[in-house]
Amino acid sequence: MRSGFAFALCLILSLTACEREKRELSPQPTRSEAGLATDFVAGAGALQPSGNPAELNAPALSEGKTLFATYNCTGCHANGGGGMGPALMDDEWIYGYYPDQIFRTILEGRPNGMPAFRGRIPDYQVWSIAGYVRSMSGLVRKDAAPGRDDHLSGKKPESSTDKMQPSNSAAPTVP
Amino acid sequence: MAAKDYANTRFSGLKEITTDNVASLKPAWTFSTGVLRGHEGAPLVVGATMYVVTPYPNNLYALDLTQPGAPAKWVYKPKPLTASQGVACCDTVNRGAAYADGKIFYNTLDNHTVAVDAQTGTEVWNTKVGDIAVGETLTMAPIVVKGKVILGNSGGEMGIRGRVTALDATTGAVAWRAFHTGPDADVLIGPNFKPFYPSDRGTDLGVSSWPADMWRTGGASAWGWISYDPELDLIFYGTANPGPWNPDLRPGDNKWSCTVFARRPDTGEAVWAYQYNPHDLYDHDSVNEHMVLDLMFKGQMRKLLVHPERNGHMYVFDRQTGEVLSAEPFAFVNSSTGVDLKTGRPVMVTEKKPITGRVVRDICPAAPGAKDWQPTSYSPQTGLLYIPHQDLCQDVEALDVGYIAGTPYVGANVKMYAGPSGQRGQVQAWDIVNGKQVWKIQENFPVWSGTVVTAGDVLFYGTMEGWFKAVNAKTGAPLWQFKTGSGIIGQPITYKGPDGKQYVAVFSGVGGWAGAIVAGNLDSRDPTAALGFVNAMSDLPQHTTKGGTLHVFALP
Repeated sequence: MRSGFAFALCLILSLTACEREKRELSPQPTRSEAGLATDFVAGAGALQPSGNPAELNAPALSEGKTLFATYNCTGCHANGGGGMGPALMDDEWIYGYYPDQIFRTILEGRPNGMPAFRGRIPDYQVWSIAGYVRSMSGLVRKDAAPGRDDHLSGKKPESSTDKMQPSNSAAPTVP
Repeated sequence: MAAKDYANTRFSGLKEITTDNVASLKPAWTFSTGVLRGHEGAPLVVGATMYVVTPYPNNLYALDLTQPGAPAKWVYKPKPLTASQGVACCDTVNRGAAYADGKIFYNTLDNHTVAVDAQTGTEVWNTKVGDIAVGETLTMAPIVVKGKVILGNSGGEMGIRGRVTALDATTGAVAWRAFHTGPDADVLIGPNFKPFYPSDRGTDLGVSSWPADMWRTGGASAWGWISYDPELDLIFYGTANPGPWNPDLRPGDNKWSCTVFARRPDTGEAVWAYQYNPHDLYDHDSVNEHMVLDLMFKGQMRKLLVHPERNGHMYVFDRQTGEVLSAEPFAFVNSSTGVDLKTGRPVMVTEKKPITGRVVRDICPAAPGAKDWQPTSYSPQTGLLYIPHQDLCQDVEALDVGYIAGTPYVGANVKMYAGPSGQRGQVQAWDIVNGKQVWKIQENFPVWSGTVVTAGDVLFYGTMEGWFKAVNAKTGAPLWQFKTGSGIIGQPITYKGPDGKQYVAVFSGVGGWAGAIVAGNLDSRDPTAALGFVNAMSDLPQHTTKGGTLHVFALP
């Protein structure tokens, strides 16, 4: 009886131990050049930001501006000056100012209160919003940025906004 | 409790510090909270210990007043969810704690009410009463009445469903819960509910006064003050604004937003209610203090309830019935012409009503009202109320908005600016019985701190530049001031130390809605930032910086 119990115990242990000891002999290489939250990269060489085609496209940026209100982004970030959430029209970027970083911020959220929108907004709209966010501090081409505001007279339109060179970042100059 | 007594008077009987000697008041000791956001709290002194709750992350410090410099005996860290910071509408503030039966009770930003052993700092119970995923937070100071910890939620800008919860002080179990929208059964309205005015009577008004189902996301939180009358056995508190702000989207009275409730503390049963702002147009929450005062009023000794309302009127009720005896404006108001005492309803000015897609200008008072949360004090010696408040007007553009859980549900572009006085802040002494101002002090910025008044006839308050001031409670004459490290938006208190001396304590640490431009590094090129408050505060960063410190003063 006692040996039977010991046998069963061994069997259970060996079965569970299999899972515990399982190793990938050749792990899949991971590759992620998008969405780093910092410009401080180990090893030599600067990070190359990836582009956002929506930034060159006036209708897409204009759409981004509309969506920024539709998805209640304005509730926290106002029209760029911030409120419950940080200002987006200034030169400080907590989680990075590259297009793909902003894309990831919207998609995945950030721990201090930015909600994740993954699965709630189609990707092309996220790119439009990300482009619009950069236009708020003059980081996109002026001939593509929204040129007028139909609302209560507030800040200058994005196309007339002076470029705010991101300040708290060692990254290469924004093109 | 944060408000000193059940009546919410913030009057201290201490009189070592007087109008004659306050000029020699000196710093006794200070304590850094390690937090940079807005400090709206009140320190709490129990015996020889001072308890201090910080803004998020809501650490509770016990400071030993018997030792020089009041070193910390222990600290309790509740570790609230970091994401809760993102759903707090108006900075990550905490307004204080309450004490009863050897325990300290307070709320954390991520919707926990905790009971902590006052001697040891160990957690006795911890009850989750809300959810940040739907935009709820907790910022208010609870009160303890007859063995129950009573608290209300925050999140009127997030489409939450407002409510007050009572927890058993011994176990933390939910004793009752009263919602502020929805069917009578949820609101705890039953056969004993007898509102004074006909427009507050009817069945399930919390459903029928809203477009279909909008009561489910209708706001009406309760993030302000709760007072208690032991004799009538009633608690009194106000509910906040309805959501969204854009009134076009919610035709109807939107009950029970912007309402004062009188309830039984044992069961939560509503005894009477009165809606200050039916179909609120301007984010005029009615969460300001309701002071329980017995006074000679118009030749008769009356049981009064006194409430300086965000809409700019000083309401005086018979607290037994809910009848409004008087409602005089205590600040400049152009959005209404007064309160009709027959119907109980304010008479609104049509031209000042927000309209979707149009900008309506020069609305006074602005969204934070003539007075926001910052608590008034009352001195039975002078018979005066001491109201800290602001003078702001605004332009509003109402906008369409859809509800997305966990995001703001506002629907308005707002731009605030200084009101007709040109000065943004005021402290005024108000004569309740005669319904008029006795004196006033103008301040450059909104007076976002509370006031405390003493038997020495000294009134204390702070400014957003960081000055802590003492004035003569009878005349308003300045007597003393001290410049702290950051703007003051906290609630000053005064207490007798274990050494028998009188001390005065206040948090310095700018923030809150008014100070969001500094606490949140907001950009004033966008006048609509912080729901429009930034436009009125664009010069604040030139006058103060962030930093949370408790300052304690005494005579040499």
